[in-house]
Amino acid sequence: MEEIILEAQNLTVYYDGRPAIEEVNLRIPRRRITAIIGPSGCGKSTLLRCFNRMNDLIPSARVEGKVLFEGVNIYTPDVDVVEVRRRIGMVFQKPNPFPKSIYENVAFGPRIHGVRDRRKLDEIVERCLRAAALWDEVKDKLHQNALTLSGGQQQRLCIARALATEPEVLLMDEPASSLDPIATMKIEDLMRELTREYTIVIVTHNMQQAARVSDYTVFMLAGEERVGRLIEFGPTQQIFTRPRDRRTEDYITGRFG
Amino acid sequence: MELRKRRELIGRVFEGIALTATTIGLVALTLLLLDVARRGLGVLSWSFFVNYPSRFPEQAGIRSALLGTLWVISLTALFSVPLGIAAAIYLEEYAPRNRLTRLIELNINNLAGVPSIIYGLLGLELFVRGMRLERSILAGALTLSLLILPILITASREALRAVPMSLREAGFALGATRWQVVRHQVLPVAFPGILTGIILSLSRAIGETAPLITIGALTFIAFDPRGPLDKFTVLPIQIFNWVSRPQEGFHRLAAGAILVLLVVLLSMNAFAIYLRNRLQRRYQW
Amino acid sequence: MELTTRPVALITRARLQRGIAAQWREWGELAIQSLLFFAAMISVFTTIGIVIVLLVEALPFFQQVSLVEFLTDTQWTPLFAQKHFGIAPLLAGTLLTSAVALALAIPVGLLSAIYLSEYAPARVRAIIKPILEILAGIPTVVYGYFALLFVTPLLKRVIPNLETFNALSAGLTMGIMIIPLVSSLSEDALYAVPNSLREAAYALGATRLEVALRVAVPAALSGIVASFILAASRAIGETMIVAIAAGQRPILTLDPRRAIETMTAYIVQVSLGDTPHGTLEFRTIFAVGLVLFLFTLALNMIAIRIIQRYREVYR
Repeated sequence: MEEIILEAQNLTVYYDGRPAIEEVNLRIPRRRITAIIGPSGCGKSTLLRCFNRMNDLIPSARVEGKVLFEGVNIYTPDVDVVEVRRRIGMVFQKPNPFPKSIYENVAFGPRIHGVRDRRKLDEIVERCLRAAALWDEVKDKLHQNALTLSGGQQQRLCIARALATEPEVLLMDEPASSLDPIATMKIEDLMRELTREYTIVIVTHNMQQAARVSDYTVFMLAGEERVGRLIEFGPTQQIFTRPRDRRTEDYITGRFG
Repeated sequence: MELRKRRELIGRVFEGIALTATTIGLVALTLLLLDVARRGLGVLSWSFFVNYPSRFPEQAGIRSALLGTLWVISLTALFSVPLGIAAAIYLEEYAPRNRLTRLIELNINNLAGVPSIIYGLLGLELFVRGMRLERSILAGALTLSLLILPILITASREALRAVPMSLREAGFALGATRWQVVRHQVLPVAFPGILTGIILSLSRAIGETAPLITIGALTFIAFDPRGPLDKFTVLPIQIFNWVSRPQEGFHRLAAGAILVLLVVLLSMNAFAIYLRNRLQRRYQW
Repeated sequence: MELTTRPVALITRARLQRGIAAQWREWGELAIQSLLFFAAMISVFTTIGIVIVLLVEALPFFQQVSLVEFLTDTQWTPLFAQKHFGIAPLLAGTLLTSAVALALAIPVGLLSAIYLSEYAPARVRAIIKPILEILAGIPTVVYGYFALLFVTPLLKRVIPNLETFNALSAGLTMGIMIIPLVSSLSEDALYAVPNSLREAAYALGATRLEVALRVAVPAALSGIVASFILAASRAIGETMIVAIAAGQRPILTLDPRRAIETMTAYIVQVSLGDTPHGTLEFRTIFAVGLVLFLFTLALNMIAIRIIQRYREVYR
């Protein structure tokens, strides 16, 4: 028996009036890793960005339907989007640390949410860097510019930064696609570690990665008219071994995409 | 074979002509600098900097013009820099893509092409007479501020646009508000670029003459300006005044003042270029 | 697989809802946005201010001087006892100096743009570009000095009956000042031409010259034309060079060797004099200013349109 933390109901997103994803219904279980897979252009990232209302930032985007977070629709006008994003963090495809010190990167989130006390900030920075398995590598150079870190370290810093606002969910948009295999492995290990406290939704184009790390898998596909739809959702093992839908099977076995 | 050779020859000739045309600017610049140096180096002395203008060329100096330029440019920077950056932030980070925004952008493009003397007429009616600032430093600075705003806004927008989108997304994803993202993440990264734009637009303001003549800046000031409401002159106006006199002695003074002006402007430009190059090397995402 | 919803919705709703703090924060954001918007609107106010100022002073002028006289009289003598208010001499002076300037700046600017974008090795570009930038950054009063005290004496040796103040030196010096404008805008336009076009022509056996003149320049033509128009606008509005070197004699002539007066130089002349504000004589500068503004506005609008269009083509 799994508890749901996030739920999409009849979710449709339009860009410039054209649907990019249509009628997506999805329930994401708490403290599990859910992977969203599918060929490029199928709307994986668009769907992911609905969960923390990042689509609000694209002027031409319009969202219809509901996204329930802990049962509350985050698309109603009385919801505070700042609070939504604090509790649903995000890690991006390319590591995007702020061009500031390692410390300031992690401290930025807590600061804007009102943490002023220096000792409290120190404590948060250490806790998050430890949680992101980066502490030992950077503890002696916390005030060094984050851009001096390697790509893999930068991405783990971005994870630490996202953890610092004490989110419940982490959305990851192909977090390892720009990293080498060893850095990727570290990120994957870290993700497994994080599921003790956090729910993770990861978009990936890498099927092996989805199979390796996720508990549940969503398969999406865009048809001829380039509108993304959810084809199948289930436990990862089932999706990869006994897919119910023919299209899922074709994709998993590499027949297209 | 014959044709091929002719085509090649024509190509060579054209390249030669184009290269010559390209060097005309260099030649003109060299001649200008040589002429100014030949005429003006001799007048550069301590007294040239500390004396007021005078009817006698050998006693005249640029003290009041230098102080006037300093006053006017400081106040111009004070007014135009915050406004220019704020307008650029609005257009780059906030403005919805609608008709009003397009109107503002078109308007800024147009203003950049309005002759500076027209700004002088505006300053005359609006500041000198409308706001009763008289022929003061303040009126001059306000006029020049309006004049350089379009340049400042355009340069600042370019600096803001160069900040990667991923940085803004990172901020928003942490729950930062738009202003928090701009203030803490975008502005610090765009700052060197904005600073370059500020220096270049201020150097434009330092060289401006026509609008200040139109608002009635004086050509003969034999006292130190002490506040924003004092009458004033500036270096370019002093140069204009000296060039316009028939005596060679005043022409030498004009050349000396031009040397001072060019040294100030070239060092500002060099600093701006240095900043720009340094900035380009710094952040690699 | 079985999924359930935890009964925490009520608590969460309370925490996700915008509270007092969120409302304050949104008010603050709105206040900041309004301030920034106001700053951006200052440019619009500036334009409105220019139009109002010019109209408020020029309309009383046109109540006393008919538009017909203004446009058809061939003399401009507002400061004399025998007053004539025909703008033709000032217009002719402006067009004459501008024509001389463009006759120099357009070919030289375009040729150097072609050289810089199609021929120049990187090392040459690295030298020439900053020189052009410096040239563009020199104050116009310095060019005025150069025109009067260097170019005119030099030309006098070749053209004996050249007057001390004349349209030719002022125009040529203005041309030098405008070269960087033509050159850099034309180069931008040439730069925007996709290299694939050039490669296609080379593949057909075209020489470098043919690629430059038959492929690159035609493809960049609209941007190049826009640079010419902006150069014209700049020449018409230029003040200090002509005020210093072209003279203050509003006569209707197309002879560049003679002293003339441009619209801008006339405004300077009146500003330096002691004509009292509010008189018909003083209002002439706003009438002239209005004509100047309309001319440059029209040219700028055309250039901006053209540039916007070619940017869209190559996006």
